[in-house]
This record gives sequence, structure tokens and C-alpha cells, in this order.
Amino acid sequence: MIVWVPMDSASKAVGADEVAAALLAEAEARGVTLDLRRNGARGMVWLEPLVEVEIDGVRHGFGPMTVADVPALFEDLSAHPLALGPVDELDWMRRQTRLTFARCGVIEPLSLAQYRANGGLKGLRRALGMAPGEVVAEVTASGLRGRGGAGFPTGIKWQTVHDAPGTRKYIVCNADEGDSGTFADRMIMEGDPFSLIEGMAIAGLAVGATKGFVYLRSEYPDAISVMEQAVRTARAEGVLGLDVLGSGRAFDMEIRVGAGAYVCGEETSLLNSLEGRRGVVRAKPPLPALSGLFGCPTVVNNVISLATVPVILEKGAQHYADFGLGRSRGTVTLQIAGNVARGGLFETAFGISLGAVVDDLAGGTASGRPVKAVQVGGPLGAYMPREKFDTPLGYEEFDAAGGLVGHAGIVVFDDRADMLVMARFAMEFCAVESCGKCTPCRIGAVRGVETIDRIAQGDGSAIPLLSDLCETMKDGSLCALGGFTPFPVMSALTHFPDDFAQNREAAE
Amino acid sequence: MTQPTAPVAPPDRAEIDAIIAAHSGLEGPLLPILHALQDAFGHVPQAALAPLAEALRVTRAELHGVISFYHDFREAPAGRHVLKICRAEACQAMGGAALAEDTLRRLGLDWHGTTGNGAVTVEPVYCLGLCACAPAVMVDGRVHGRVDAARMDALLAEAGA
Ligand SMILES: Cc1cc2nc3c(=O)[nH]c(=O)nc-3n(C[C@H](O)[C@H](O)[C@H](O)COP(=O)(O)O)c2cc1C
Ligand code: FES
Repeated sequence: MIVWVPMDSASKAVGADEVAAALLAEAEARGVTLDLRRNGARGMVWLEPLVEVEIDGVRHGFGPMTVADVPALFEDLSAHPLALGPVDELDWMRRQTRLTFARCGVIEPLSLAQYRANGGLKGLRRALGMAPGEVVAEVTASGLRGRGGAGFPTGIKWQTVHDAPGTRKYIVCNADEGDSGTFADRMIMEGDPFSLIEGMAIAGLAVGATKGFVYLRSEYPDAISVMEQAVRTARAEGVLGLDVLGSGRAFDMEIRVGAGAYVCGEETSLLNSLEGRRGVVRAKPPLPALSGLFGCPTVVNNVISLATVPVILEKGAQHYADFGLGRSRGTVTLQIAGNVARGGLFETAFGISLGAVVDDLAGGTASGRPVKAVQVGGPLGAYMPREKFDTPLGYEEFDAAGGLVGHAGIVVFDDRADMLVMARFAMEFCAVESCGKCTPCRIGAVRGVETIDRIAQGDGSAIPLLSDLCETMKDGSLCALGGFTPFPVMSALTHFPDDFAQNREAAE
Repeated sequence: MTQPTAPVAPPDRAEIDAIIAAHSGLEGPLLPILHALQDAFGHVPQAALAPLAEALRVTRAELHGVISFYHDFREAPAGRHVLKICRAEACQAMGGAALAEDTLRRLGLDWHGTTGNGAVTVEPVYCLGLCACAPAVMVDGRVHGRVDAARMDALLAEAGA
């Protein structure tokens, strides 16, 4: 009997390890030979722990599994109360375009053999047969843009590093994933770590770098452990090292653990941290592409940007570019979170509307109450009211609507959310996480909390002060921490004025 | 990982030197060394500062600047268990703020506080990547999602709070 139980940390957080232990115990008690495999997660977090049983070679889902429901998995499966049917045929799976996440949840994450058997390493092999400049051109032609937040074209960044003089160059993967509502980086690192390794190796070949670092946040102990094992395996199997896949070309990498600072997700702050300094933001220029880690030309890319490169090389730039909307090409790895009936990872072509995500995919709120606001793009992203639900997921489209796609985290709030409290939290978070280098962010955020407290106490005259303060932070901050905190704050104020009204107690 | 899980031995100079030596060949060795020291001793011991400053050729002041910049590094040991409660938005959308407040109130603690018996230190954390099974907490590197009051009670009892 072949059974799959995910080892993703979201699955573990809701009892996957206990379910796996119960399966082993039950099998032993019944004298059944159990082939228990631990996959990554499929992304249907509301169904976790999602157990899959192979029946005639087809994986059938059962979930959300509990220890009490384990014994019935050894009886008539069609009668199991948690039976969901074949996993690949579930609506959530069928409606996706899985390019970056094609293998996630399907394979055992640390099996290089399964990785290979499912298309892995084809992109790297192809890249090894191309000139570096051709690899860069392929990534440029795919239209891939940075998935870490700013949406900068990945190929153009690579071209700059490719063209930069210098023999020592670096690939740095930004795995700091600090935004609330985001977990795509974590899922791919835990569920398909070799795709990130392959993407970094391709990046190295393309720009002429032989060394890479993954800067991985300390809040992700499971991802750290999987990535470290995957790097060791890749090295042992000749995917990394002095002779990548027997090509005679070198690329190796290390996993580095962050230390709990949100601002270290900002690329220059991250580089300082890697160098062993305080994670303060550097003034740009120079661009990291020209003078990055230890002053060398450096590619800094998000996990999803890099993990998407193998499939682009495998299937060709055009295949990727054929998906999408306007200047947002390819797929967006939506992370649907917060107060939702169905939360998880959904990869689809850019262009789907926010409303379709919230009302259709997510199925509305978990509480069953009306949706009040949706924060897209993490703690620096605007709160979108229902009036903006027709906005299509696309960088320019969201920008035009006053929003931010960012890392594509979507956090849903029901009508009990107090938007003044959320605005205050945005300022408080900025104050806690500011690197302290620039005044508008460091001092502005503290003043912001105080000003919102005055509004909460009924002082309406503080509202224009808050707007002015937000303008100052937007215009004067060195990076997007101070520069974008005004977006959640002002969107809360603009779209939900009742929550900031003088008689807010009465309004509630 | 970075969370101490058990009472820790007093800092031993030979062990400190060994940890520094084991990592000093890395490019940018400081954060890996600080993590390793904290894994070994539950905090970054005062006794490590002088040898570390010397090995990496930085001043004590610079070193202090780095250690104090990062939320993770402690200059004194935490309780036997560290409970991190997510305060970020997706968890708030699922009642995370109330869960955190109730927990702190019941333990009679503020953030970063340690229970009188030394069992549990409570820290805020801003997202554990468990935003689709919120609210989320982490105890000594083990994650828990969909945490309600009953689940929190069980976790605290297990930790001996
Ligand atoms: C405060 C702040 C936090 C950030 N956090 C992250 C992060 O956690 N992960 C990430 O990939 N990019 C983050 N970014 C964006 C990075 O600065 C940078 O744009 C990105 O790593 C570039 O990679 P990409 O082009 O592949 O997106 C952050 C930016 C700011 C201002
Ligand atoms: S917001 Fe709490 S785990 Fe992400």
C-alpha cells in the first residue's frame, strides 16, 4: 500500500506527523506492508493533512485527515468519510497552470531521481549547451519579472551582471519571505528544493558566477533543513560543484540563515547581513548587479524567480511568455490566506481578477461573514475594498488601482476587521522593523502610531496629520519599508473612513 | 535551529574557540558563528565577544552593533522553551491578536517575558509562512497552525508553563 503524507510545514503544523505515525502503527497492527512516502504539499491547505493513497496507480486524496480517521484508510476506501477522489482531478488542481510548482506535492522533495523523472535538470542541461548570453536572452524573452516584490525584469538584471567586469560574481537567492500572507518560497523550498538549486545553477552559468547563497529566514526551520540536505545531495550527485553535470563548469552554493529582521528581505540590507554586518539598507547606486556582495557583481533574485528559470529553459521562453496579461508574463503563484474558506497556493496565468480569487477560489471567508478588505502584497501592500475586486492580477493593473502585487500574498479579512487597528499595526510593524538608517521611516513610523492613537481617541484633526506624515514617508524613505507603509495605512483610511470616524464606537 | 530547547551549559572557552574556528573560513562568517554560539549556549555569551572580535578583526562595538540589530540574538538565555506567536496580518484575520493577548494575560507576561518557573519565554514573530492555517505559533522550532485556546493550553501545559 503506497501512501503519501506531506512533510510541508503547514501540513505538519496541522498534524501530518501524527497522522504519519498513526498510519505506521495501524499498518503494523494489521500486518499490512506500508510504503509511506513524504511529499511536499499540493497547496490545498484547508484539506491538510492531505493523505494520498495510490489506487491502481492513481493518487486519491483523503483530508483533512485526523488520527481517528486513519484506521478507515485500511478499510473500503470508497466509503471513507474524508474521501476526495483523485487529487489531480480536484477542481483546485485542474484549474491551475502549474509551471513553477509542477512537481511540488507530487514528488518526494529530496529524491533527485524523482526530480529527474519529472522533468528536473532538463533546463540546466539545455543551458549547459548554450552560450551564457543566450541563456540570459532566453530568460529575457520569457518576460519573467522578479517575484520578490518589485517586478523588475529578471533577464535585464542578469544581463547587467553578465556584462559587468569582474571574475568574481555571486548569485544570491532572497529567501527571506517576510511578508505576511506569503509562503510560496517556503513551499517550493520544502516541496521541490532542487528546482531552486537548478535555477541558481542556471543563473550562475548565465552571468558567470560560480558561487551562490540562499539567505533563508530563521523562522523557517523545516525549509532550512530540507534545503541543506538538498544542497548536499546535489553536490554528491554532481549537480553542484566543480563539474556541473560533467560540463567542466563550476557552481556551488551555501544556505545562510537570517536572524529575524524583516528589513533583511530588502536586497541591499540582505547583502550587508550576508557580509556579517547590521542589516541596514544601502543607498543605491551602486546597484547590487554592479557592486553587490563583497563589492562584486551580484544577482539578487527571489526564490520563485529563480525556481521558475528551469521550466523556462526546459519548455522555452515562448511557452512561458504565452501565459499572462499585458507586461505580466507567465504565471503568478498566488498565496491565499487569512480568513478564507479555502486557503493555499494557486498558480495561474496573470490576469485573473482579485474578486475571482477571493469569492471563487477562496470561497469567501472561513467565518462565513462578508469580506471587508483584502491586503495584497504583504505588509507594504494596500487594503483593497470590494469595489476594487475587478482589478486583474498584473503588476501595472494593480499599480493603477493603487495596489501592489508584490509577492502575491492575498490576505482576506471579514467584516469584523477594524481598519484603524490594521493601519496602526502597519505603522507599528514599520517601527519595529525599520533598519534605522533614514529618518522618515524610523521616526515617521513611531509618529504614525501616535497619530493613529489620537484618531482612535476621537481627535479628527489628526487625520490630515496622518496623511501628511504618509506623504513624507513615501517621498523621503530610503527603501520601500518606509516608502510603502503608507499604502496599507492610507488605503485603510481612504476606503474605510468609518473606522477612523470620531464616533467610531457608535459606528461599530 | 535558533531556538534553545533545553537548559544550557555555561559558556566554555574551548567550545567558543572551536565554534569560531569551525566557521571562520566562511565568506561572511559572523552570522553563522552567532547562530552556532546561540545554538550551543542558548544565547550569545559575553565571554565570546573578545575572542570573536579578535578572530574576525572587528571592534567590540561593531560586534555589539550587529548582535543588537537582529531580533534573534539574545545576550541572556531564554526560558527552557520559546513560544513564538505570530502577530502578522493573516493571523490577525483569524483571531491571532486575541489569542496572543489571552496567552500573555494568562501567563502574566509581556512580549519577551519568561514565566516565573523559567519554562517558557513568549516572543512575537511576524509570519511563519503558515498564513493559510492561521493563527500560527512555533514552539522551539516546531510549528502549529489553526491554534485555538484549547490547543494553546495543551502546548503551554506540555512546555510546563
Ligand atoms: C522591506 C523590504 C522587504 C523585502 N523583502 C523581500 C523578501 O522577503 N523576499 C524577496 O524576494 N524580496 C524582498 N524584497 C524585495 C528585494 O529588495 C528585491 O527587490 C528582490 O529580492 C529582487 O528579486 P526579484 O527581482 O527576483 O524579485 C523586499 C524589499 C523591501 C523594501
Ligand atoms: S501571518 Fe501568521 S503565519 Fe503568516
